[in-house]
Amino acid sequence: MFGIPIGWYLTLSAALFVLGAIGLVLRRNAIVMFMCIEIMLNAVNLTFIAFARYHNDLGGHLFVFMVIAVAAAEAGIGLALIVNVYRHRRSLNVDDINLMQG
Amino acid sequence: MAETIFFIVFALGALGFSAAVLIAKNPINSAVMLVCSFFCLAGIYVMLSATFMAVIQILVYAGAIMVLFIFVLMLLNIRDDEIEAPRLSIHQGIAILAGTGIFFTIALSIAAWSGSSSRVAHDTMSDTFGTVEPIGDQLITSYVLPFEMAAILLLVGIVGAVVVAKKRF
Repeated sequence: MFGIPIGWYLTLSAALFVLGAIGLVLRRNAIVMFMCIEIMLNAVNLTFIAFARYHNDLGGHLFVFMVIAVAAAEAGIGLALIVNVYRHRRSLNVDDINLMQG
Repeated sequence: MAETIFFIVFALGALGFSAAVLIAKNPINSAVMLVCSFFCLAGIYVMLSATFMAVIQILVYAGAIMVLFIFVLMLLNIRDDEIEAPRLSIHQGIAILAGTGIFFTIALSIAAWSGSSSRVAHDTMSDTFGTVEPIGDQLITSYVLPFEMAAILLLVGIVGAVVVAKKRF
């Protein structure tokens, strides 16, 4: 019997998503937190592609296409923000960026 | 059998490199590990016959987005003393415990789902599934509005990035 059960792909995706979430909570470096968000986005992409294959429907691939476009825009703006924050604060640690905490 | 071996190699690669992103002290190492993780994921996309998406993954994610990350890291030129101190271990413990709990919740619900053991077989699918032609066809027929919205989003993203990163208005 060929083929891999779709549950394996979904479990891998869940593990990647949780890894990204843990990283987002643990790390304090703004750029590494950004990378963790990229890991989470990729986990969701994997779910989309696995279900597209499972239902034999290309809609999932189109969704992944859109997610990648949004991730590109997000990376561009987010890194511009980080560069700007670093220019003012001389730090990438998000604990130092507390201007708007009450 | 070969498919299972490829899956295990790529899955362990993706998980291991992603874990290395979290563990690495230097952000540059994290970025390089993330590129490796994206390559492993592209391999898994190929196994799911999403060949076009695998190419886009390598070109856009591993190519463009990660080069942008590394470029910013080089630009900011973080000194050694700014490499972060590890968080309090109790915080780490709680985060890892909560993460493991969430993972097992999701994994159990996947296992309980009736379709989870159905296999991704290659005989029921058309030969062109996941190649450029059907995706391009869908993109300019049923999905033309999201496609145009993505174009506008990227334009706004470019303008926004320039405005945000500018020194003086």
